Amino acid sequence: MNSSDATPMVRFENVTKRYGSLTVIDGLDLSIGRGEKVAMIGPSGSGKTTVLRMLMTLERIDGGVIWVDGERLTHVERNGRLVPADTNHLRRVRGKIGMVFQHFNLFPHMTALKNCMEAPVTVLGMKKREAEERAAELLAMVGLADKKDHFPSQLSGGQQQRVAIARACAMRPKVMLFDEVTSALDPELVGEVLNVIRKLGAEHDLTMLMVTHQMGFAKEFADRISFFHRGKIEEDGKPADIFGNPKNERTRQFLHAVLDAG
Amino acid sequence: MLWDWGYALEILPVLAKAAIVTIEATFLGFLIAASLGLVFAIMRMSGPLVAGPVTLLVELVRSTPLLIQIFFLYFVLPKFGVTLDAFTAGVLALGLHYATYCSEVYRAGLENIPRGQWEASTALNLSSFTTFKDIILPQAIPPIVPALGNYLVALFKETPLLSAIAVLELMQTAKILGSETFRYVEPITLVGVIFLIMSLVSAVGIRWVERALNRRTAR
Repeated sequence: MNSSDATPMVRFENVTKRYGSLTVIDGLDLSIGRGEKVAMIGPSGSGKTTVLRMLMTLERIDGGVIWVDGERLTHVERNGRLVPADTNHLRRVRGKIGMVFQHFNLFPHMTALKNCMEAPVTVLGMKKREAEERAAELLAMVGLADKKDHFPSQLSGGQQQRVAIARACAMRPKVMLFDEVTSALDPELVGEVLNVIRKLGAEHDLTMLMVTHQMGFAKEFADRISFFHRGKIEEDGKPADIFGNPKNERTRQFLHAVLDAG
Repeated sequence: MLWDWGYALEILPVLAKAAIVTIEATFLGFLIAASLGLVFAIMRMSGPLVAGPVTLLVELVRSTPLLIQIFFLYFVLPKFGVTLDAFTAGVLALGLHYATYCSEVYRAGLENIPRGQWEASTALNLSSFTTFKDIILPQAIPPIVPALGNYLVALFKETPLLSAIAVLELMQTAKILGSETFRYVEPITLVGVIFLIMSLVSAVGIRWVERALNRRTAR
């Protein structure tokens, strides 16, 4: 163990995000440890997805600082003052983060293999052959070795999402973000994607943040559950506590609603 | 006799030579239009400081006749120390004029790319350049090839305007032949026929490119 193990992998420090007059994230403080698996749950519009999008730098923040792996992501220090980070800084730090989207967002004009090769070749400067070997390994890991030459439109939703996971892994991120990755799938395809995430969690020392409506999966897979409500974390704790004995009234109401519906 | 075959055959080689000038003007003009149009479209997508002036220029060029622009480049620019030969001025004017139309087409193509494609590119840490080159353009271009092709043919059919600054393209050559012999029927008719044939050929060519692109992208 070295000292960096104590530094959180991701830290939100009083982060605020507004859309016009609407505050979607309200002074969020959140620390996520190395290798920790955090599931974010809560009603729609509560800001969970925004948290992931801010971390991926898809949304600019209006206040506070986000830290990744012990350094600031959103800001840099210049002459003793914090200023918003420029593109170069953002690119360097966000290289540690990978993201899987609800709607897969695969590149439709590239095969599964090419989807997984594009970033390693153009961003990491990897040799084509090496990138191809690794892409093939990753596709095998997600159980799609035989689909590597297929285009996204020739794959089912579940298969597309597994390619998207392989593609994100190809960049060797330290943090993986999963944004409702099974919400766009037919029910019978959810399992195969969750299995890949389970495998990823078991075999790699990845920090994972997921926004999910799969309460069963969150309970079984996550080390920690964060319940969001109106841009704030209302309750945060171990799955057993949140699901077994929620302290917060809103958590209780939410869980009642979703578990009854399920 | 209204139509003199002997005369028609006599002037055909001269017109064929002029046709080459027309084709050169078309392709060079379209090369400028297609590349400058893309540059305009991308500039209009960036910050207002860049987008504003470009939008103004595009509107200005689109709202004034091509003939005036040709005259402007050929007759007015020299007053500012920029002297261009007739062919260059003509090709630049054609290219600039059609670049503004092409930029609208590109813009539509670029705007049709779902936001998720940009976001996935950011998440994979691709540079803006790579994102454009490898992700956005390969998806944006195929659907707009027919529209760009239409502008290629339109530009081609506007090349006779270059005769106004005495570029020896088809129309100018036909006019000279006519004024030399006082026979206009054959030269003008032949020019029309040559334009017709070349338009039809390029239409077939464009459809072929379209199909080839669709084969590669649509699955």
